[in-house]
Amino acid sequence: MAALGSVRERLGELRLEYIVAHRLAEDNRLKEYNAAVAIQSWFRGCQVRAYLRYLHKMVTVIQKWWRGYVARKYFRSKVKTAYFIMKMNFYNEMAVRIQKRWRGYFVRKYVHNYYALKRYLEGVAIKNNIVRKELDKYADIKSREQAKKKMENEEREKEYHARKMHYLLSTEQVPGIYNSPYRPFPDSMEIRLQKARPLSHKDRPMEKPENPDLLYSDCRDAFSFPIMQPLPPIGMKRPQGPFRDTAEVLQQRYKPLEPTLRVATSISSVEEAREELKRQEWRRGVHDKGFAPFSSFHKTKGYDPLIHTSSDYKQISFVTRAEQPEKWVAKKDFRTVFTPVPLFDKFGKMYSKTGGIV
Amino acid sequence: MSQRQVLQVFEQYQRARTQFVQTVAELATRPQNIETLQNAGVMSLLRPLLLDVVPTIQQTSALALGRLANYNDDLAEAVVKGDILPQLVYSLAEQNRFYKKAAAFVLRAVAKHSPQLAQSIVDCGAVDTLVICLEDFDPGVKESAAWALGYISRHNAELSQAVVDAGAVPLLVLCIQEPEIALKRIAASALSDLSKHSPELAQTVVDAGAIAHLAQMILNPDAKLKRQVLSALSQIAKHSVDLAEMVVEAEIFPVVLTCLKDPDEYVKKNSSTLIREIARHTPELSQLIVNAGGVAAVIDCIGNCSGNVRLPGIMMLGYVAAHSENLAMAVIISKGVPQLAICLSEEAEDHIKAAAAWSLGQIGRHTPEHARAVAVANVLPKLLSLYMDTDSSEDLQVKAKKALKNILQKCTHLPALEPLLHDAPPNILKHVVGQFSKVLPHDSKARRLFVTSGGLKKIQEIVADTGSPLQEYINTINNCFPEEIVRYYSPGYSQSLLERVDHYQPVI
Repeated sequence: MAALGSVRERLGELRLEYIVAHRLAEDNRLKEYNAAVAIQSWFRGCQVRAYLRYLHKMVTVIQKWWRGYVARKYFRSKVKTAYFIMKMNFYNEMAVRIQKRWRGYFVRKYVHNYYALKRYLEGVAIKNNIVRKELDKYADIKSREQAKKKMENEEREKEYHARKMHYLLSTEQVPGIYNSPYRPFPDSMEIRLQKARPLSHKDRPMEKPENPDLLYSDCRDAFSFPIMQPLPPIGMKRPQGPFRDTAEVLQQRYKPLEPTLRVATSISSVEEAREELKRQEWRRGVHDKGFAPFSSFHKTKGYDPLIHTSSDYKQISFVTRAEQPEKWVAKKDFRTVFTPVPLFDKFGKMYSKTGGIV
Repeated sequence: MSQRQVLQVFEQYQRARTQFVQTVAELATRPQNIETLQNAGVMSLLRPLLLDVVPTIQQTSALALGRLANYNDDLAEAVVKGDILPQLVYSLAEQNRFYKKAAAFVLRAVAKHSPQLAQSIVDCGAVDTLVICLEDFDPGVKESAAWALGYISRHNAELSQAVVDAGAVPLLVLCIQEPEIALKRIAASALSDLSKHSPELAQTVVDAGAIAHLAQMILNPDAKLKRQVLSALSQIAKHSVDLAEMVVEAEIFPVVLTCLKDPDEYVKKNSSTLIREIARHTPELSQLIVNAGGVAAVIDCIGNCSGNVRLPGIMMLGYVAAHSENLAMAVIISKGVPQLAICLSEEAEDHIKAAAAWSLGQIGRHTPEHARAVAVANVLPKLLSLYMDTDSSEDLQVKAKKALKNILQKCTHLPALEPLLHDAPPNILKHVVGQFSKVLPHDSKARRLFVTSGGLKKIQEIVADTGSPLQEYINTINNCFPEEIVRYYSPGYSQSLLERVDHYQPVI
């Protein structure tokens, strides 16, 4: 209590003291406040900077790691592609090498085989030579044939000429114009004339048209009318002997006509004969009316019997041989066709086909 | 009046008619009489005589009409306008063989002139009757009917089609097999005329089995028949590969080659035409001909004849060479190039020269080897002169230029190119210099020769536009040589040297 008392004692003093202290504090407040702000701002600035520094550091670390990671990734892929390209290049190069070899081989073997081509061309050259030779031979043969034909024609013409001029041949007494006595040997024409057969009128060869194709008029040549050509001769061979006596043949050829009965008589000869008969009767008849029998006696009249026979006196009924085949001696019937009459007419007067007289 | 006097009048009349037609027929054989006859109205007088009662008069009037119509197309038209054809066609089926022949002659004479006239004959139904005449017994009737059919079908494809539709082809093929040479000839010619227009028509002829019979007749000794047969075969073969192969399959090959040696010019021409038509289609067919030795035979044939007979052979060489380089090489080793060179210089006519130039171009365009073979034959200057010659036809100039270009683009044989440097025009020079620019960088001997022969000098004298291919080629060549020598050969170099002497400051 004492203390309380002391304090109470000193209350005034204390109050004063309190006021002074407040005043002092009030006076310094702004100053202290500013100082405190300055201290606090410095401190907080330090604090924030430190934190920022820390953050930066961390960011750097993160970036460092990230960038490293990305770059490594990129690098790895880059290496991969580079490796791939390198491989590709290598493969390509190898492929080219293989293809080159193969193509060279293929082309040389199949497409442009130089040796085969060379051989082929040589073959063609040989073939050409052969063909040329063959064709030359062919042309040669042809030309020779033509020359031969021409020569033959000339020869034939000369021959014909010689035959035509045969009258110029020299005789024993008179030398011909080709056989001059002043020359050592006769002209070649003379020899030809000697060999030639003189041209006779009978032997003149039939004139042939120049072109056998133009036997018919084809409206190409100069004016001509269509002419029926005779048929060509069937065989050119002459008939061979021995021949009959000429006199006999001539007699045969020029004998007078002997017509057969059938040809000589008229077709209406029967009618004509009947008419003639009638006419004769009419002419000769004493009277016109016919003489008719007045009884039927003649119908019933029988035959008078013969003395030496014992058969019936009647007419025997006629049975032909054909109706009784059982009575035949041979198995065949008689031939019913006889040699016709005209053949008998000709008997001994004509030739038969085989040459004997019928 | 006795009976005899009455009959005498008729006899006289008949004799007069006979004499008239015979005289007219005889007069019609001479060209100078034709106009007079025409003015005298011979047509209207002959027409009633075609219907005369006497067969001889009918025939002779038909003969006279035929001769008149044969002369020119006006008269032929007069025959058509005079309504004579229906009469003829009607009686063609009815009358005897002499009349048939004369009537077919009239039809032939009319059909000969123009497609219109032939069409008018077809319109009046003559073709069917003529085809019936082909079945006649008489070879003369068959021949004149085949002849008329050939003349009708000669003009164009429609007329040929009409003849084919009438069923003429099998009968014509039968006619070829007849023994008469004249009939064979005419039938072969008719087949040739029929098949020349279109592949279809040729196919119908082939279907009738004509080729085998035609091929058999190649060896016939008759030259005129051979001509027609070869012509028919070539007309068949020209249309398509199939037809050509069928012709080849008839084993014509070694046989046709003998025809190339025939003395007859037309046989030669037609056989080389046949070979050409076959070679034209495919490399295989050409190869077949080469293997059969056909090229050598054709080349020999070209050597043995002249003029138009050569033309198909020349073209055949070109066609064979155009197919492939091997075939071209075969032509070269068969000694074709010298022969073509001879043709090029010997022949007078432009179209043959053009064909030879074309063939040479086809031979030389494949490889340097080919071009060298052509160049060695000294063809290039000749081609150049043909190209430069103002008298040459346009076609020849074009062909010569093309051939030159083809050969030059492959040619590495410099000695042959040298002369061209001096007298070629710029458009050819371009190719020549181009070839030099390709060869010189790789060949030192050639470079040396080029300088000594004066080629380099010539190159320096060429004036070329900057930037043109020619200038580039010149630059390439100049780069192959030392600068001094290029400058030495440049024009005006001596002047510039002298100028340098003028301006030179002597060092004392």
